[in-house]
Amino acid sequence: MAGEARDLMNKENVCIRIDGVRKVFNGRNGEMVALNGVDLDIHDNEFICVVGPSGCGKSTLLNIIAGLLEPTEGKVYCNGKEVTGTGTERGVVFQQYALFPWLTVKKNVMFALEMRGVKGKEAETEAMKYLEMVDLAKFADHYPKELSGGMKQRVAIARAYAAEPQVLLMDEPFGALDAQTRTQLQTELLETWQKKKKTCFFITHDVDEAIILAQKVIIMSARPGRIKRIVDINIPYPRTQETKMTPEFIELKNEIWGQVYQEYLEVRK
Amino acid sequence: MDKRNSKSGLADRIPGKVWLLLSFLAAMLLWWVLSIIPATSRAFPNMFKVLGSISTMITRGVLWKDISSSLISVFSGYVLGFVIALPVAILMAWYKPVRFIIEPWIQFIRNIPPLAYVPLIVIAAGVGRKPQIIVITIACFLTMCVTIYQGVINVDETLIKAARVLGATDKDIFIRVIAPATLPFILTAIRLGASVALTTLIAAESTGATAGLGMRIRSLNNSFEPAPMLLYIIIIGILGITIEKLIKTAERRLTSWQEKREI
Ligand SMILES: Nc1ncnc2c1ncn2[C@@H]1O[C@H](COP(=O)(O)OP(=O)(O)O)[C@@H](O)[C@H]1O
Ligand SMILES: [Mg+2]
Repeated sequence: MAGEARDLMNKENVCIRIDGVRKVFNGRNGEMVALNGVDLDIHDNEFICVVGPSGCGKSTLLNIIAGLLEPTEGKVYCNGKEVTGTGTERGVVFQQYALFPWLTVKKNVMFALEMRGVKGKEAETEAMKYLEMVDLAKFADHYPKELSGGMKQRVAIARAYAAEPQVLLMDEPFGALDAQTRTQLQTELLETWQKKKKTCFFITHDVDEAIILAQKVIIMSARPGRIKRIVDINIPYPRTQETKMTPEFIELKNEIWGQVYQEYLEVRK
Repeated sequence: MDKRNSKSGLADRIPGKVWLLLSFLAAMLLWWVLSIIPATSRAFPNMFKVLGSISTMITRGVLWKDISSSLISVFSGYVLGFVIALPVAILMAWYKPVRFIIEPWIQFIRNIPPLAYVPLIVIAAGVGRKPQIIVITIACFLTMCVTIYQGVINVDETLIKAARVLGATDKDIFIRVIAPATLPFILTAIRLGASVALTTLIAAESTGATAGLGMRIRSLNNSFEPAPMLLYIIIIGILGITIEKLIKTAERRLTSWQEKREI
């Protein structure tokens, strides 16, 4: 429906198209509408952040795009093809890292390569390249349990990159990390994103994080989850922590925070 | 354990081997005391009498026969129990109908002491080796099935999702995620199963066995010979702890990647 109109406006390639997605869960207390009427186009190489109060359906939306959940109504397209399940062109980084604890750091990354058909020695050298990208080559032979949270998430990012997806879907990937590690990983993620262009769909509940990373911030409203507003972030890259002091950043922050805060109040009712 | 802690107490500074020796000496002392108190001396003959009974039992030509007979029953029942438990546990974890039908009965039977149903098995299977193996198989199966089943259903869902989005097929997920994630539980099952197999031995050998550690203890009881009885009890203990130690070593090797966990 609205799809055609949007096509005319955007010359860029639409990588992911979300078309009228509705998701209803059948919970213990009857039906629960988690998402309703969600439309969104994600373009190639775009960095999109999604913010909204917890429980507004952010993870549900990400899982539907990933093909891990089926929408009740509506469709998701990836490169024009309907999404019916998971696909290697859509990588996911989970908040709980989801590293295989029985594999070393290097073997975790090799898992992604082997699933793509890269085998043996070649997989090993490739894996080391991705570990160098996140500055963890030294820890190649360590097990996940020996790493800090921030290091684990960097391995998870390296593993996601190793699968060479077109889109990276990230569900509050830095949510469990301390403030300092968090800002460090934000900077690193931006650097990687600029070096190896990739489409990023990044969920967070941290408004600062959303503005520093994204070209577009999507504010979701709760009950049922829907897109409330899309705010363009026109701050040029590279962005650093100093960017957070600039007037334009602060203005955007006030605006977005105000919108999100209204939703928090809605949820509390 | 922490050697860097210089203020650690006396208990930490004495090495584990020395403690083991002290523990052994303490037990020997207790044994000796029991062997001279009139009230307990008949049940606890002193260690020289017990050691002497080794040669008595060898001369009677039963010691090795008893040990090997018991080990054959324990081992067969144990392996059979595992071979049945593994697929049943996986089916229970994957198919709800299988779980809902089988699980209540596993819990039910697990709480009945094997000794109670041994007569039924003898009626059904006759006497000899067969009922012994059946009793141990049942006991091992119940314990191992429950443990492995817990392992399979507790596989972290996120790991399966992570594998799937990386392009893993169902087969990849089974071999490369579910199997290694379940391995610690399988090893725990193997260890618990071994201990169940031994503890069930006495019940298993009350099925009219002609040899075996458990059977011999009963017959020595009838002829009132406490020294060899105590010897046999100690042999069962030594077998148990040896098997457990072996399995624990394997467990540590194979699952060193784990965050600490003890069952
Ligand atoms: N599998 C599920 N079954 C039932 N309800 C669910 C399920 N997953 C999520 N929900 C519900 O859907 C709503 C949205 O959840 P989620 O997408 O996780 O929110 P968010 O990630 O924004 O915090 C929540 O109210 C949650 O309780
Ligand atoms: Mg969430």
